[in-house]
Amino acid sequence: MNKKNTLKTFIGEIPRNLFSGFVVSLIALPLGLGLALASGAPPISGIIAAIVGGIVVSLIGGSKVTITGPGNGLVVVILSAITVLGNGDMYQGYLYTLAAIVISGILLIILGFLRMGALGDFFPSSAIQGMLAAIGIGIFAKQIHVMLGNLDAKGSIVELLIQVPEGIFNFLKTDNSSMFYAGLIGIISLLIMVFYSKIRNRYFQLIPAPMWIVVLSVGLYYYFDVFSAAAYPIDKNLLIALPNDILSNFAFPDFGKVYQLEFISAVISITLIASIESLLSIKAVDKLDPLKRRSNVNKDIRALGLATVISGFLGGLNVVTVIARSSVNVNNKGSNRSANFFHALFLVAFILLFATELRKIPLSALAAILVFTGYKLAAPENLKKVFNIGSEQLLIFIATLLVTISTSLITGILVGIIITFIIHIIINKNVLLFIKNILKPNVLMFTEDGKYYVSVKNFSSFLNYTKLKSKLDQIPETEEAIVDFTLCDFVDHSVMENMNNYSETFERKGGHFEVIGLDDSKPGSAHPFALRKILPKHRVPKKGVLTKRQKFIQKISEEMQYSYEAFSDLELKELTNFGYFKTRKIDKVSNVLTNNDCTIFDVQFSEGEMIAKQIIKATMLHIHTKNKIPKFTLDKEGVFEYILHFSGYKDIDIDAHPDFSKRFYLSGKNEEKIRAFFTDELILFFESNKQYHIEATNVGLLVLSNERLASVKEIKALAYFGASLQKIIERC
Amino acid sequence: MQKIHKILIGIAFSPNLKPNLFEAVRICNMFNAELIGVHVGEKTNKKETDLQQILLEAEVLKKPIKTVWQEGEPVKVILNTVIEEQIDLLILGALQKENLLKYYVGSIARKLTRKASCSILLLIKPSIERQACKHIVVNGLKDKKTEETIRTSVLFSKHLMCKKVTIVEEISQSELQVKVDDDKSLRKATIIKERLKNREDQRVKNILKGIDSENISIQMQSIFGTRGYSIGHYAKIKRADLLVMNAPTNVGILDRIFPHDIEYILSELPTDVLIVK
Repeated sequence: MNKKNTLKTFIGEIPRNLFSGFVVSLIALPLGLGLALASGAPPISGIIAAIVGGIVVSLIGGSKVTITGPGNGLVVVILSAITVLGNGDMYQGYLYTLAAIVISGILLIILGFLRMGALGDFFPSSAIQGMLAAIGIGIFAKQIHVMLGNLDAKGSIVELLIQVPEGIFNFLKTDNSSMFYAGLIGIISLLIMVFYSKIRNRYFQLIPAPMWIVVLSVGLYYYFDVFSAAAYPIDKNLLIALPNDILSNFAFPDFGKVYQLEFISAVISITLIASIESLLSIKAVDKLDPLKRRSNVNKDIRALGLATVISGFLGGLNVVTVIARSSVNVNNKGSNRSANFFHALFLVAFILLFATELRKIPLSALAAILVFTGYKLAAPENLKKVFNIGSEQLLIFIATLLVTISTSLITGILVGIIITFIIHIIINKNVLLFIKNILKPNVLMFTEDGKYYVSVKNFSSFLNYTKLKSKLDQIPETEEAIVDFTLCDFVDHSVMENMNNYSETFERKGGHFEVIGLDDSKPGSAHPFALRKILPKHRVPKKGVLTKRQKFIQKISEEMQYSYEAFSDLELKELTNFGYFKTRKIDKVSNVLTNNDCTIFDVQFSEGEMIAKQIIKATMLHIHTKNKIPKFTLDKEGVFEYILHFSGYKDIDIDAHPDFSKRFYLSGKNEEKIRAFFTDELILFFESNKQYHIEATNVGLLVLSNERLASVKEIKALAYFGASLQKIIERC
Repeated sequence: MQKIHKILIGIAFSPNLKPNLFEAVRICNMFNAELIGVHVGEKTNKKETDLQQILLEAEVLKKPIKTVWQEGEPVKVILNTVIEEQIDLLILGALQKENLLKYYVGSIARKLTRKASCSILLLIKPSIERQACKHIVVNGLKDKKTEETIRTSVLFSKHLMCKKVTIVEEISQSELQVKVDDDKSLRKATIIKERLKNREDQRVKNILKGIDSENISIQMQSIFGTRGYSIGHYAKIKRADLLVMNAPTNVGILDRIFPHDIEYILSELPTDVLIVK
C-alpha cells in the first residue's frame, strides 16, 4: 500500500522534476565546460562527470534533491595534479590524473562503506573555510586572465594575482582584436553574473545566468556569421574545443605513475576535497529540501565514489555533490532524485544536438562564470563572518588560506588543524585536557520525560565531534532535545556551529533543540570566548539613524495608527510555515509596522547557494486570522501557471465568476473548503483591487506584490488592502 | 553481600584521616557493624594517641573499634586482614586531582579494589559533618551479579535513609544493530530502542519483584552510551550521592590498557562508589 503510494507520487512528480532537471542542465552545461577548462582538462570531461554523476547517483545515491557533477573545489587540485604529473605535457598529465580520479573514487567507496564518508566532520570549520577561500582565490587568479582573453598567463597563484593589474592594462591597450573581443565578452559575461540577481523578472530568471552567457555568446557568433560582413573576430584557440566524434573519443586513464609520491598525494587531495565538498553540499541542500528529508551521507558518498570511478574511466572529472546546481534544482521544485537523472539526460541531448553551437562559446565567457564562482568562494564577506566569530578564528582562517595558496592543499589543511589545536591549548592553558580525554567516550544520551537529554563531558571540539554527532543523529528532529555542556571545560567553534545547524534543522522539522550549560563562567576560564559562547541568534542590527524611507514610514504609521519599529528583533516564526519560504531562507526582518493582527515588514531572504545565491529584500504583509481558513495560494494568471498545470497543480475555477477565474490563479489542496471560503464578497474584493500574490496557511495570510521593497505609497496601499481583507475574512 | 557486620578502614596518618574516620564511624553505626582499623606501619604512642583523639571527637561507636597494627606491604596486609577478619566492607578514600574537581583512585586503593574479596566503598568527599545521602544510582546490567547488587543498594538506601534509587540500564550501541543514516533507519532505530528499553525495564522489574523496597522510590532509566563509562557520567549529572556497581568479573592486563566498565569509573570517580562483591 505504502509502496504503491510512493510510486504514484513519484510518477506524479515526474513532470516537475523533468522541468527542474532541464533548468539545472542549463546551468550545468556551461559550468561543466568551464570547470573542466579551468582544471586544465578537455572541456568535455566536465560534461562527462555531470552525465555519469547524474545517472549513477540518482540511481543508487542516498540524498533526495542534490545534483551531482564536477565541483569547483576540485578545480585547483586537479589543475595542479595535471601540471605536476604531466611535467609540461598537459594531455599526458590529464591521463595520469584520470587514474588518480579513478583511485580516489575507489577510496570514496571504501570510506562510504566504513561510514567515514563525512571526512569533513574531522576538520575545524574555520580551517575548511580558509581552504575553500584559497580554492576560490586559485580559481579567480587563473581565470581572470582567461576572462580578459589572455591564455598565456602562467605561474603560481600569487604570481598570477600580481599580474592582474598588468593583465587589465594589456587588455585595454591591446591591438589584437581577437583578444580584445574575447575580453569584452568576458567582462560582459561577468556583468551578467553580477547583476542577474538584481533583475527579478520571472521570464528572465527562467534561464540561469550562465546559460544567458552561452546563449548570448553563441548568438553573437551567428550575428557575425549571418548578418555582419565582418568575420567573427575571436580566434579559434579562444573558443571551446570539443572532439568531433564525442561518443567514440573517450580518453582512457594512464596508471603508469601509480606508485609515485606525487600521484599518491594527488589522490589524497582529490579524495579529501571531493569528500568535503560533497558533505558540505549535502548538508546545505538538506536544509533547503522543502520535504525536510535527511540524506544518507554514506550511501551518497558510495554512489559518488562509483560515479567517479566510471567517470574517470570515460575521461571525466570527479563527481561531487554541488551546491549551486542543487539549489537551482530545489528552487525549480525538483522533488526527488529523478531531477538529477533528467539533468544528465538533457546534457547528453545538448552535447549530441548542439555540439557545433557549443564550439562557438569563447573561453573568456566561461572564465567569467568561474571568476564569479571564485569570488563567491573567497568573498570578503566570508572573512567578515569568520572575524565576527572571533579573532582567533580569523587567524586560523588566514593561516590556512595563505599556506594553501603558497604550498598545497594538504599542507594547508594540516596547518589549519595544527593551528586550531594549538590555539585551543593556549586558550585552555592545558594540554592534558585534550590528551587524556580525546579517546574517552564523552557523550551520554538518555530520554527523560519524553525529552532527549545529551550530556557532554570534558571537552567538545572538532577532535571528538563525531562522538557527539553520532548521538545527536539518533534523535528524531521532531522531538525535543537538550544538549548540556555543563561538564565540558571547553567547546570549540566547530561544535558551536554544528549545534546551531542542529537547532535550525530541529526548528524546521517542528522539534526543539536547546544548548545549555554554557552561560556559567567557571573561575579561571572567564574568557569571553566565542568558542564557548551561547548560540548566535539572528543578527540584530544596531540602533542607527533612520533613513528617509524609514522616517516616512514612521510618519504614515502615525497617520494610520500602526506601531512602527525600524530595528526589530522580532522573529516571525509563522513565516516559515508559508510555502513561499519553504525553500527560501529568512535572514532578517526589519521596518515592522503592526496593528492588531496585521504586520507589514521588510524581509531579507536568500534563495539558492553559491553562485546561484540571490539575496532578496521584499516588503510583505502578514495577517493573523482569527478564524481558521483553508490553505490556498492566489496569484495572477500567467504563463507560469500554464506550466504549473503540467506539474500537477490545478487551478480552481469558480464558475459563477468567470472574470475572477480568468484573471486569478487559485490553487490549494482542499478544493471544497476553498470554494466555500471564497464568498461573493471576497471575490468581488479581489476583483476590484490590485492583484497581489496571496498565500494562506490555516492561521495566517501572506500578501506580497513584487519581490522587492515597497515604496512608502505602496506600503500605504498594502496596509489598506490588508485591513479591508481582514475585515471581510472575519465576516466569512 | 547483604549483611554488613564488619567494616575495615585503612588508617594512614594523612590529612584526610579525620574525615575518613568520621565517615567510617558513621557508616558503622548506621549498619550497627564493627569497625576494624588497620594501620600498615610501626605502632607508636603518638599515632595511638592521635587516633584516640579523633575517635573521641567522632560519634560514639556502638561497637568498640578494633585496631590492627602490622608492618609490611600495605596491599598484602590489608587483603590478609580482610580474609582473616571476614570483613564485609572495605572503605577507601579517593584522591583529588590538584586544582580540579576530579577524583581518582590511588595506586594502592586501585590494587585493593581489584583484589579484595569483599565489597568496597570508595569515598570521594568524606566529611566531618554528615552529608545526607539522597540519591543512589545502581547499575542494572544484564549480569549474574546484578540482582545481588540491586539488593545491596536497597539495603544501603534503607540504612542510609535514602529515599531515591535509580536503576540504570546501559544499552550499548552495538545492541541497536541499526546505524542511523536517514529518516528510515532513524525510525527503525527509534523503534528498536524503545523495544530494548522495555525489555531491560522488564528484566529489572523481575529482579525487583523479590526485593522488599518499601518507602523507597525506585526508578528505571535506560541510557545509551559506552558501558561502565556512561553510568558514571549519568551519576555525575544526576548528582547522585552513591553509585553502586557490580564487581568486575576478571580484570586482566588488557583491561587495564584498554579500560572498560569499572576501570573508567576508577580513573574518574563521579561520586562515592560502592563495588559489590
